[in-house]
Amino acid sequence: MIFAFLTSSIIDLNNEILSAPEKAVGLSFKLLGSMAFWGGVLRVAEKSGLVAKIAQIFRPLLKRLFVGVDENGEAFGAIVMNITANLMGLGNAATPLGIKAICELSKEQSSKGTATRSMVAFVVINTASIQLIPTTVATLRASHGSMAPMEILPACLVSAACALTVGLTLVFLLDRLFVGKGRGL
Amino acid sequence: MKLTSAVIPAVVAFIFAYGWYKKVDIFEEFLAGALENIKVSFDILPALIILMTCIGMLTSSGSVSLLTGLLAPAADVLGFPPECLPLTLLRPLSGSGALAMYESIITDCSPDSFAGRVASVIMGSTETTFYTVAVYYGAAKVKNIRHTLVCAVAADITGFIISCAAVRLFL
Repeated sequence: MIFAFLTSSIIDLNNEILSAPEKAVGLSFKLLGSMAFWGGVLRVAEKSGLVAKIAQIFRPLLKRLFVGVDENGEAFGAIVMNITANLMGLGNAATPLGIKAICELSKEQSSKGTATRSMVAFVVINTASIQLIPTTVATLRASHGSMAPMEILPACLVSAACALTVGLTLVFLLDRLFVGKGRGL
Repeated sequence: MKLTSAVIPAVVAFIFAYGWYKKVDIFEEFLAGALENIKVSFDILPALIILMTCIGMLTSSGSVSLLTGLLAPAADVLGFPPECLPLTLLRPLSGSGALAMYESIITDCSPDSFAGRVASVIMGSTETTFYTVAVYYGAAKVKNIRHTLVCAVAADITGFIISCAAVRLFL
């Protein structure tokens, strides 16, 4: 506000307040159709057991990452399902599974309010989540007249994979620096 | 890029075929899933309205260009498009806010411009870091999060830099 007065752009600011809410509704309607469509498609994938099947592929990889977590326990099962759901873009399903995973991890490793290495690794994976089909971005690109809305896919995957690699490497490297209950778990 | 255009049709066809093979009531399940996401769209609408208005106010008041101007030299060294700088600051904090910012970038520049592509890759390869950390640790009642934020933010910064490099290399 004050900045706008100083730079005499108060007219722009006024117009922005009057037009921005409408733009927000426009954006949400632009996405409504494709969000509903992918919600439907992914629900079919969930109900047919396809998501659970894909989760099986990631089990061996995740077993090596979450050393010390009981692979037949509730925590590990929820971790695998949460990561698969994130990968497939099932945001609605991923969050409750993730909450279950972190709570079970906390119980299994009796963390008592301190994040264990496995918990840190799990949260970092969720903050750098790789999505196989960036549907929201592709939809908006298409609606803004992009010639190839999905051309960004390889770049997205490489970028997310690098981010995840750096994040996870640091999780293991810095584990020794932060002394506390959760070390090495 | 013909190949990337085939990804969505192939995935959709495969999911429906697999559902049909497993005797899922595809139509019913599709409707239920679609309805669920329509509800989500409306749930985030109030937040989108206030955030988009705030972002619009910040942009039109010139505060964003001031901030961008301050960060521009650093971005210049990396060859990072200055238009995407505000997005990198907002992305870890707010999902709806980043979405609104992204839409304004691809409206101002085209989605196929360098800045538009970098913004798209950033949106497609990073997450709302601080929100995720707060939700998960809040649920598990964790007070000492140790090195979580250092690792997550390092991952985000890597994502931003690689997004820009990947657009240069692949597109």
